[in-house]
Amino acid sequence: MTIAMMLHTQTIHELRVRLRRGDISVREVTQAVLDRIAGLDGRIKAYNWLNADDALTQAEAIDRAGVAKDGNPLAGVPIAIKDSINVVGQPCTCASKILQGYIAPYDAFVIRQLRRAGAVLLGRTNMDEFAMGSSTENSSWGVTRNPWDLERIPGGSSGGSAAAVAADEAIAALGSDTGGSIRQPAALCGCVGLKPTYGRVSRYGLVAFASSLDQIGPLTKDVEDCAVLLGVLSGHDVKDSTSVAQAVPDYTQALGKGVKGLRVGIPKEYFVAGMDREAEAAVRGAIQKLQSLGAEVVELSLPHTEYAVAVYYLIATAEASANLARFDGVRYGLRVAGDDPIEMYRQTRGAGFGPEVKRRIILGTYALSAGYHDAYYLRAQKARTLIRGDFEKAFEKCDVIVTPTSPTAAFKAGEKADDPLQMYLSDIFTISVNLVGICGVSIPCGFTVNPKLPIGLQILGKSFGEETILRMAHAYEQATDWHKQRPNL
Amino acid sequence: MSQKTSDIDISYVAYLARLQLTEVEAARFSAQLKDILKYVEKLNELDVTNVEPILTRVAGLSNVLRKDEVQPSIASADVLRNAPQQARSLFIVPKIVEQG
Repeated sequence: MTIAMMLHTQTIHELRVRLRRGDISVREVTQAVLDRIAGLDGRIKAYNWLNADDALTQAEAIDRAGVAKDGNPLAGVPIAIKDSINVVGQPCTCASKILQGYIAPYDAFVIRQLRRAGAVLLGRTNMDEFAMGSSTENSSWGVTRNPWDLERIPGGSSGGSAAAVAADEAIAALGSDTGGSIRQPAALCGCVGLKPTYGRVSRYGLVAFASSLDQIGPLTKDVEDCAVLLGVLSGHDVKDSTSVAQAVPDYTQALGKGVKGLRVGIPKEYFVAGMDREAEAAVRGAIQKLQSLGAEVVELSLPHTEYAVAVYYLIATAEASANLARFDGVRYGLRVAGDDPIEMYRQTRGAGFGPEVKRRIILGTYALSAGYHDAYYLRAQKARTLIRGDFEKAFEKCDVIVTPTSPTAAFKAGEKADDPLQMYLSDIFTISVNLVGICGVSIPCGFTVNPKLPIGLQILGKSFGEETILRMAHAYEQATDWHKQRPNL
Repeated sequence: MSQKTSDIDISYVAYLARLQLTEVEAARFSAQLKDILKYVEKLNELDVTNVEPILTRVAGLSNVLRKDEVQPSIASADVLRNAPQQARSLFIVPKIVEQG
């Protein structure tokens, strides 16, 4: 293969060197990625929507402006966008029938940041409807396949973004993470996925699922790319009242510093029965590796871990039931006629939402309804305080916490589709992070043997501790070669 | 959680949520929600007396306000383009008030 044909396999930082030198054009890079998508996405189904001409037009404009030679780290890099983030003039369906026909009238904050950095916006990636799910099976567009084994799910809800990055159908991608929706698919597809601290990245233009939990973040091929993309996405935005006006560091400066002197907390509650043996062995091996690199391992306890799934599914569904009230057939998307407004709302929502979304709206409405609010929602918010207390205590003893990202590698499509509670329990290692508001990253730490499936290591940091988790993730990555392995497609 | 979970009146909750369910959906969701609610009863094991609920999320932030000033926004034509039914810069909906 010629070099130009292999451009889709490159990372952001590799492309940057060559674009700067002028060895390659942005158009060539974009064309290589589009060719890859055209050749492969019929099998992977990572994308819900793609306009190749539009992507090439953006690429040509960036070439003409010459910005890729100026050294902006993202200039000329094609990036895929989760189908829940508004890009002006493009559909934004959240993989739901209820947003059929909707064309975004504005750019999300993160999209403006990407444009300013000179990125090429590729198409829109598949997801669980309204980000509700852990497998990308709950999509009105159909199921996305795991590039490592097409019979298996890519994780979710940002499964299309993770599959696109893992299959070299995008150089990097944006996802959103409400209970693990960036980290878990990153783990199951063998890429790097980071959930920023609550308040680090503006959600303006992200279709809201659970507002006290949602964050947008990067999915990339390696840790350096993750640091670059996070730096572009971060920043204060007056249009998101939870956005924090804290200076954005150059996250790449945190890399290459090693792990000597860092204290790694290992919570005993994250190594329990039910964990897949190969996944556990890989994570334990990674902890030993960190130790051999000079990190100090500290055993600790997060005693309220077993309550996190229950707390999460009450709070997330309660918030979702309120956020999704806006889809009523009046202002956008689907409308099914009814004799009066209430009948129109009911018919529209009944026809437009899929089963998992309906289930969660019902659960959330119930948890907030008169007579049950204190017993369910309020109690869950109090339990959430206890979970936060666990992490505050833990971080007195350590700088980062290391856990598995998911109890198992990718499961087969359909395996858990009929049992919502089993599906919810697969999020057990990722959801506390959202409840507490801290940051976390998942990086590859090994593979199962037969079939060969990626396993993820989760590194959690304090609020605004992104530099520390990236530093550790990078040190581990540089000492291993998991991230260099690619699926056989 | 004093009430028994068998109390869920699924059609009432669906009505509150403005969600039309088929009979098959209502039956399936009732059974699944019973399982989920049984699972979340785990929270009853916790002593939450004197525990404050987390209601504000970002440390150091409260009541983020802006000045009440007119600012440019998305053109109404661009917004209305997505409406299932619209006319004269308005969204059209079924009749709400009967004529007297």
